[in-house]
Amino acid sequence: MKRIISAMLLGTAIALAATSAAMAQDKAIKIGVLTDNSGLYADLGGPGSTLAAQMAIEDAGLTAKGWKIDLISADHQNKPDIGTAIARQWIDVEKVDIFMDVLNSGVALAVNNVVREKNSILIDTGAATSDLTNAQCSPNTIHWVYDTYMLANSTGQALVKAGGDTWYFLTADYAFGHALERDTTAVVVKSGGKVIGTVKHPLNTADFSSFLLQAQASKAKIVGMANAGGDTTNTIKQAAEFGIVSGGQKLAGLLLFITDVHALGLKVAQGLNFTETFYWDLNDGTRAFSKRFSERMKNKAMPSMVQAGVYSGLLHYFKALEAMGGNPHDGAKVVAKMKEMPTDDALFGKGTIRADGRKLHPAYLFEVKKPEESKGPWDYYKLIGTTPADQAFRPLSESACPLVKK
Amino acid sequence: MQALYAQLLVGLINGSFYALLSLGLAVIFGMLNIINFAHGALYMMGAFVAYFLLNLGGINYWWALLLAPIIVGIFGMILERTMLQWLTGLDHLYGLLLTFGIALIVQGVFQNYFGSSGLPYAIPDQLRGGMNLGFMFLPVYRGWVVVFSLVVCLATWFLIEKTQLGAYLRAATENPTLVRAFGINVPRMITLTYGLGVGLAALAGVLSAPINQVRPLMGADLIIVVFAVVVIGGMGSIMGSIITGFALGVIEGLTKYFYPEASNTVVFVLMVLVLLVKPTGLTGRAA
Repeated sequence: MKRIISAMLLGTAIALAATSAAMAQDKAIKIGVLTDNSGLYADLGGPGSTLAAQMAIEDAGLTAKGWKIDLISADHQNKPDIGTAIARQWIDVEKVDIFMDVLNSGVALAVNNVVREKNSILIDTGAATSDLTNAQCSPNTIHWVYDTYMLANSTGQALVKAGGDTWYFLTADYAFGHALERDTTAVVVKSGGKVIGTVKHPLNTADFSSFLLQAQASKAKIVGMANAGGDTTNTIKQAAEFGIVSGGQKLAGLLLFITDVHALGLKVAQGLNFTETFYWDLNDGTRAFSKRFSERMKNKAMPSMVQAGVYSGLLHYFKALEAMGGNPHDGAKVVAKMKEMPTDDALFGKGTIRADGRKLHPAYLFEVKKPEESKGPWDYYKLIGTTPADQAFRPLSESACPLVKK
Repeated sequence: MQALYAQLLVGLINGSFYALLSLGLAVIFGMLNIINFAHGALYMMGAFVAYFLLNLGGINYWWALLLAPIIVGIFGMILERTMLQWLTGLDHLYGLLLTFGIALIVQGVFQNYFGSSGLPYAIPDQLRGGMNLGFMFLPVYRGWVVVFSLVVCLATWFLIEKTQLGAYLRAATENPTLVRAFGINVPRMITLTYGLGVGLAALAGVLSAPINQVRPLMGADLIIVVFAVVVIGGMGSIMGSIITGFALGVIEGLTKYFYPEASNTVVFVLMVLVLLVKPTGLTGRAA
């Protein structure tokens, strides 16, 4: 009998030791950057997002404390089916703990579902659709950088106030364009303006002249571009050619990134107003990070807000894991911890994450400098207005997110 | 109605790119029997060469129109000499795979160094501004593109169909052994023809540089449509590809007006219809 008891005790001790060892040892993290590595959005996310993730890993200093952090990246080619296939493989086979970037709203909404179903984590820094924290909100997802509601609210309102009360939309024909048009329309109408027409163009269009002629014929004061990346740069370039701006209409870039402005050149882009939540030249913290980032980029590019978001989001994720003392590999649990803790980093400043998964920080209204105002490469923006964090995004009172208790 | 005229004209502008590119493809296919999937990459290289000439060498647009096709054409001839010539007599699939691989490599290299959003190339001063045609505002540059590419297309057609040189070329594709017996250097002629086709692609690239961003993927986005144009027009038919190029540009333009959501599929719908009714293409001869 004695022997049996001692054997049982020994067994229990071994089992206990094994579990506690597993818990103590589980300081392993696997990060997956899922982005557009080769298409029209590759410059604003793409390899730069992977670099930002790498820098976050280095700067967090967790590896020195015994954590093991792996980073992988893949190209979703802007196709939701490819994105979800990679997501499933990453979770099931690669054991990825957290998805970063995931730009393209179509892909993001699809991956959002997979991540929720498999209890993983998505910190989306690239997709725009505000549905991620509204009707489609999830306990496993944080929307980090910006969304269509915020863009519409900031840029749309500013333009209507400045007299742009009639709008014509050029809209990218997928989830993102539709969301941006919908949210901007709401703001325009609420501010006393009117939308007099819209044309939906396929994603990744080279020639916008047909659409621009329709916008021109509409005589709307504002031509709102509810598109992004290469589509936006082509629209702006060709709008100049067709005399849209010289004919008295104003172009509204609802979503522009610094990489777009760089690609266009200041001569074409000057005077455009748009909203971002990060610019490399905002303060000492952003400058220091951006300088280090740019030195490691192949084309010496400054970080876009999407890439900055990857860095900032990961740092907060690491802080949460450190506070938990290990990686529980339980998405919802880690996200809940992340929501509890206030965010603070050099790029986006102090902020919070709301119950619906919306990360809050200020939004900045910029104007693109004239060529003679720019002091050198990448010196492109003038700050003309700031919306405080608590007013920049959709108020919880308007939220349709089931996670929000009313 | 006015809007319709405007769309027709805009369609014609896009059609001129389709025409130039499909013409080059048709020349290469007609003379070398190679389905040149690298055409889009070579078109992109034309635009990049124009950008480099301007920004590194201070050489303006007008010289680029001449130099870029020559430079890229030489690159094409090197490709032909070192790789494509070994495929003579093999199945079409080999040429397609080889050129597709070349396209991916060229695009990958450019994307690695220049990213995906592209580089700006300004419209030359002489072609700035626009005219009010009553029904639309026509940028001078766009008008220039239509006129210039029409001239180039017709000149190429004339060269191949109506001159002594063109007759040799056509004869060499029919029966290379016999033509060689007349003392004509057939392999060199084929290399030059490939260079010509590639030069046409590069020329289209230079023409498009001021309109679109100079982007590594600019060719990849366009080439699929251009292949549809060639299939509709009939593989290897010179005049067929010119006419189809312009016609499809117009049809696409009209679609952008009446049902914009379908504007990037309309060409393929037409391709399917044509293949169902006349598998050799509208002007193609039965093989």
